[in-house]
Amino acid sequence: MAVMTTEPPPSATRPLTAESQGEKNPQSVFFLVLLWLSLAFGILVLVVLIVTTFIDGLPRMDLKLFTNYTSQVDPSNAGARAAILGTILVIVTTAILAIPIGIAAAAYLEEFASKTSRFARIVELNVQNLAAVPAIIYGMLAAAAALAVGLSRNTVLAGGIALALLILPVIIVSTREALRAVPQEIRQGSLALGASPMQTLQRQTLPAAIPGIATGTILALSRAMGEAAPLLLLGALVFVQFDPNGLLSGFTTMPIQIFNWAGRSQEEFKQLAAAASILLLAMVIALNAVAIIIRNKFTTAR
Amino acid sequence: MSSMSAGAGPSTTSGGLRPSPPPPTSLRSTRPRYGEKLALGFIVAAAGVSIVTTIGIVLSLLIPALEFFRQVSVVEFLTGTSWTPRFAQKEYGVLPLVTGTLWTTAIALSLAIPIGLGAAIYLSEYASARTRKIFKPTLELLAGVPSVVYGLFAVVFVGPVVLKEWLGIEVQTFSVLSAGLVLGVMIIPTVASLSEDAMSAVPRALREASYGLGANRMRTVLRVVFPAATSGIAAAIVLGLSRAVGETMIVAMAAGSQAKMVTNPLEGGQTMTGFIASAALGDSVQGSLDYYTLFAVGLLLFILTLIINMISIRLVNRYREIY
Repeated sequence: MAVMTTEPPPSATRPLTAESQGEKNPQSVFFLVLLWLSLAFGILVLVVLIVTTFIDGLPRMDLKLFTNYTSQVDPSNAGARAAILGTILVIVTTAILAIPIGIAAAAYLEEFASKTSRFARIVELNVQNLAAVPAIIYGMLAAAAALAVGLSRNTVLAGGIALALLILPVIIVSTREALRAVPQEIRQGSLALGASPMQTLQRQTLPAAIPGIATGTILALSRAMGEAAPLLLLGALVFVQFDPNGLLSGFTTMPIQIFNWAGRSQEEFKQLAAAASILLLAMVIALNAVAIIIRNKFTTAR
Repeated sequence: MSSMSAGAGPSTTSGGLRPSPPPPTSLRSTRPRYGEKLALGFIVAAAGVSIVTTIGIVLSLLIPALEFFRQVSVVEFLTGTSWTPRFAQKEYGVLPLVTGTLWTTAIALSLAIPIGLGAAIYLSEYASARTRKIFKPTLELLAGVPSVVYGLFAVVFVGPVVLKEWLGIEVQTFSVLSAGLVLGVMIIPTVASLSEDAMSAVPRALREASYGLGANRMRTVLRVVFPAATSGIAAAIVLGLSRAVGETMIVAMAAGSQAKMVTNPLEGGQTMTGFIASAALGDSVQGSLDYYTLFAVGLLLFILTLIINMISIRLVNRYREIY
């Protein structure tokens, strides 16, 4: 360093690129390689996971997987029909329950609650805590609640409620972020023209925040779609040989079916689990891709 | 909130013939907006759902757990080293499950912390905007992979192929090691994404001052950016920790179901979440001690994650205050 102060200006740039201090000394290069490897490790595991699942599952990626019910004894003819239909039904129920409540709660915290409101602060602390509660605890809540009101716990409705409560904090947090990103001028302009706060929210703020809300909500739903832990607590859902046909019907979902098949000893059931995993992965990755596209499209437009 | 009550203001009509001095008109709407009041009611109620959920969780865990502790002493539960609720000789010492959770979590963190931080430093300090735009969502996809798919990956690939065949480590079919490693992969994005946010929040001026003093990138990252982002990075790690403690499906599928004091990670073991999952699949009759056991372990798990989360919230608030 002392060299720098004594050297004249033209050569003053040199010590910065010199071997000892520059970006290309062995230490720095080694450090950068380590960083590269960390990132590469994550990506590599993702690729390996997808490839191995494909290799294991591809032989059973046939029509029977979609049309047949599961079987106790005959893995070559077993399918995930009940699980596919169950997943769709439960996720739709979850979405119908979680989206309006999540957006409304976020709108309250972001647009209506005063900074000093004690209620708002308690809600905020609760949301933060609920976001970190293990998924399986939500299953215990849903099971206990179903018992308390005298409903049967292994129903689509109970499953939807458990998953909706699970993803509610995620939706609230991402909706709040989206609302916060809407410029204050839009609200002020609307209020100045005589709109009520509720009209402002409904006609200005919410529409402007839709891309952000959509991204967060889609990611949250994709998480719910892959979640099995809370549903395990809802009782015997592992062997379902009928189509779910309503909110109070019994059901199973893809993750539960995969869990069940993966636990069997026969190799064919593991193949079947891998085939169902491909299907589940495809759905989850598709949802993630949609969310990322929405995010990228609207962040560049702004 | 008072500004929202769109009640009828003093909308007087002047009785005189000439309209000149205009009466003081209220900007408030003259008729009550019932629809808006209803909407506001819904919004406040929706916010209340999170409070109701918390109360619901506490009650639904506490009531059966208290029933459990009426039959088993708290001391026996917390200090016993034998967990055999489904054997003839029933013992309710939860420590085997706790050691199972500790092992899987420790293995997961020792993988996720270095890898996650490395990826975060690269994305925040070295990567171009374009590179970041491609790799960040790809890395986040790791968090989107369903946990049952990870579980299957651990059982059919990581255990038998990677650990046994490639690395020659003699793991059992179900092992704490393979479950912990896959768990670690799952929380890499949690650690990476939040620490990247914390490092990106470090003001540019600090970096420029460091470059100005002649430090290169590596020095700047390690001596300036990293220390400045410490509490945010700590919060990221703590959040990863709480994910690892609460994750169920990976450990239920890959760690095995023998509840014993875990001393060797190459063998199987059962975690708290793993026990809850396997007990839930069993046919424990509602109202039996078996059934209450589930909730006692659930309560312990809930309290643990609550403490971890409180620490994380404090850390996040601290780093928000600085910048």
